[in-house]
Amino acid sequence: MDTTAQTDHDPALTGEGADQAQALVYPRINCQDVNVFYSGKQAVFDVSLPVFDRSVTALIGPSGCGKSTFLRCLNRMNDTIDGAKVTGDIFMDGENINSPDVDPVLLRSRVGMVFQKPNPFPKSIYDNIAYGPRIHGLVDDRQELDAIVEKSLRRAGLWQEVKDRLTQPGTSLSGGQQQRLCIARAIAVRPEVILMDEPCSSLDPIATARIEELIDELRKRYCIVIVTHSMQQAARVSQRTAFFHLGHLVEMGDTDQIFTSPRERRTEDYITGRFG
Amino acid sequence: MADHIVSAFTDELDKIAADLMRMGGIVETMILDSCQAVDRNDKELAKDVISRDPSVDRLEEEVERQIVSLIARRQPMAHDLRSVFAALKTAGELERIGDLSKNIGKRTLMLDDAVPSMMRHGVARMARPVSLQLHSVLDAYATSNAETAKMVWESDDDIDQHYNSLFREMITYMIEDPRTIGAGAHMLFMAKNLERIGDHCTNIAEFIYFQITGEYLMPHERPKAPNTGV
Ligand SMILES: Nc1ncnc2c1ncn2[C@@H]1O[C@H](COP(=O)(O)OP(=O)(O)O)[C@@H](O)[C@H]1O
Ligand SMILES: [Mg+2]
Repeated sequence: MDTTAQTDHDPALTGEGADQAQALVYPRINCQDVNVFYSGKQAVFDVSLPVFDRSVTALIGPSGCGKSTFLRCLNRMNDTIDGAKVTGDIFMDGENINSPDVDPVLLRSRVGMVFQKPNPFPKSIYDNIAYGPRIHGLVDDRQELDAIVEKSLRRAGLWQEVKDRLTQPGTSLSGGQQQRLCIARAIAVRPEVILMDEPCSSLDPIATARIEELIDELRKRYCIVIVTHSMQQAARVSQRTAFFHLGHLVEMGDTDQIFTSPRERRTEDYITGRFG
Repeated sequence: MADHIVSAFTDELDKIAADLMRMGGIVETMILDSCQAVDRNDKELAKDVISRDPSVDRLEEEVERQIVSLIARRQPMAHDLRSVFAALKTAGELERIGDLSKNIGKRTLMLDDAVPSMMRHGVARMARPVSLQLHSVLDAYATSNAETAKMVWESDDDIDQHYNSLFREMITYMIEDPRTIGAGAHMLFMAKNLERIGDHCTNIAEFIYFQITGEYLMPHERPKAPNTGV
């Protein structure tokens, strides 16, 4: 598998500069008292949490506890759902992303998203990646576009596998490759944050391991938030873990602490597979 | 704590705990009996203590095997993770306590029948507080009582003091009557074994405290007697 060892150093694309030591103390996103309602029915209650840069934050909790709903707040994807209403403040670099001045389309290029089921566009592998940079006007010519496509595919660990078949449809790839294609597509628009909603749940263990390896690589450059229903996956890939239950944030802490000595009984019961 | 949704998981953890308690029970009586054998010059009892050691070894292997299998199949987390970690470490400590008690039995067999009973009593007196440490720490384990575990951990100092005074007592006998030097050397090793059993109990207390609370007892915070022994 190719890794970022081959990637070029481009500060504009990588956001390099801040050192690792700083990364854990600097919240990239700060959520305060976030509530979400679907047609008046509340799904997320008063959630406040920091999301740290250059690290992976895992959201865990039983089905229906509001993980995806909360994740969607971070790039205002709930705006696209009829009847959904979000209150509270979400600061990214000091700016409240819920403010009416913020353009959600621009925001979504800064906060990329990868979904449970790989969803490549019905286009070539090349165009899947090129689409975002084109519509966001990130490139001036074909050469530049080629470079972004290659860089993104390399960074997603897919370049070696697809470099000779870039014109083939994205849907011709295996499930795991499609998911890495979607990650490459998210990376191509130079996001700062990558949201992943159960990105491995339709993949086999080997494809899952490749994605986890990729996440571990990506966290050196990005702020990543991942929803997963596999506690082992949360334990493996994240540095911070937040446990949600019935729409509430029950506990958040260092992943090590959450999985060896959770403070809250509900966390303990959930992660050890007990009745609540 | 509530049961696991997968009930076999709870059963497996219970079985490990039960095996560990059985191990603990066996080594506790090994301590007491080995010291009684010294005290009364009961060579049959000493042999009996020695003969119990293999069953302790087998239980340790059994506990290890169950834990490796449980980790592989169930990936325990949180309290479950801490409890299998504590059980694995505790089994190792209990096995060592068994060895040390067996060693007291072996030395008893080597002691001359003419060894003064004062010297024999000296060692035997130390058996009670040491076996009590083990008893209390096993009790802490059985009842998930962190306070009891901490108390055991804190009172190792008493055992050390006991050892130090026994050490001086034996040296005194040996100086007064050089014919007791051979026996005295054995006695000192026996006392040292008991002192080390106390240390193993302290370790067990640490594991159990961690299992229950998720926090570590810090070795440097433990009260410590000045070390005059060897
Ligand atoms: N689009 C929607 N419209 C109405 N209710 C929704 C919608 N999406 C989620 N919900 C409800 O919100 C709650 C949280 O759902 P979700 O965020 O998907 O949970 P999770 O991702 O933790 O499984 C659930 O009760 C769910 O039924
Ligand atoms: Mg979901």
